[in-house]
Amino acid sequence: MKLLTHNLLSSHVPGLRPGGGFPLRIEAAEVRVRPVPFNAAFVSRLVPRLRWDALREAAESLGHPSELPPEPLPDYEANEEFLRRLHHVLLEVEVLEGSLQCPDSGRRFPISRGVPNMLLTEEEA
Amino acid sequence: MKKLKLKELESCLQQVDTFENPKLLLEQYPTRPHIAACMLYTIHNTFDDIENKTIADLGCGCGMLSIGSAMLGAGFCVGLDIDADALEIFNSNIEDFELTNVNMVQCDICSLSDSMSDTFDTVIMNPPFGTKHNKGIDMIFLKTALQMAKTAVYSLHKTSTRQHIEKKAAEWEVKMEVLAELRFDLPASYKFHKKKSVDIEVDFIRFSAKKVLN
Repeated sequence: MKLLTHNLLSSHVPGLRPGGGFPLRIEAAEVRVRPVPFNAAFVSRLVPRLRWDALREAAESLGHPSELPPEPLPDYEANEEFLRRLHHVLLEVEVLEGSLQCPDSGRRFPISRGVPNMLLTEEEA
Repeated sequence: MKKLKLKELESCLQQVDTFENPKLLLEQYPTRPHIAACMLYTIHNTFDDIENKTIADLGCGCGMLSIGSAMLGAGFCVGLDIDADALEIFNSNIEDFELTNVNMVQCDICSLSDSMSDTFDTVIMNPPFGTKHNKGIDMIFLKTALQMAKTAVYSLHKTSTRQHIEKKAAEWEVKMEVLAELRFDLPASYKFHKKKSVDIEVDFIRFSAKKVLN
């Protein structure tokens, strides 16, 4: 699971407050950093939609802090260094084993071989 | 990125591994490489809804549509499926194809509801048709897809359900365009199919623009 996926994902345990279940807290047992071809146009398009605080928090929890500023830089489209740092955090850092915890219900979802399992049991759903 | 021709895309997709033991209740049958390639090629060339876009593939199975999207230059693809066995094959496909911009999430599309509203540019899917004791599941997939997509949803539906879908699309205020009528040659992948293959008529549909769901 890349941090871009994490930024899009929320828990859907029934009965959460509107907009709840986000951001999922990452508990990582195994993290991999793997190079991904850099695509400036794509990363730049993502900037206005990212939930920035959640992304920074997630990066920090995996031990990749201080690489991202508190807010996207105003000139981000032209700032290749910034876009490359963001690309790295969003796409190159991956959680292979661990879990995601719903911030509202406390429910844990396992991550195995890089795939988060968000299935609920029949009683929960 | 090198421009991929339709034939090249199709022959790449022929290398995608598919279900070893398809599950009847999940209506698991792979999207044929030819159909997948034609769909993705149209989405890319006519509507430009793949390149540099974020894409979700609902009920992705072994990942045929996600893998094809990634080959056509998608920015990022996420495949969602309930079945761990299918995702395992998907995972090994991604490794074989050395794709680095695809992720998977195991989840039940029917329980997502609106928890991922407007998270992707494009949703591309071949949903279950709801013929195996799960009537209506195609419409649950469609509604969830429309909630997730900012721009467009591309989906396959049985032609016999077109009127019903048109009614729903009007109700949800989404634009619907049938892009092609296909003959789906469902292989006899399940033992109870007596014939070698079963042809059914399927619409390839694009849904777009703003919507009043719920």
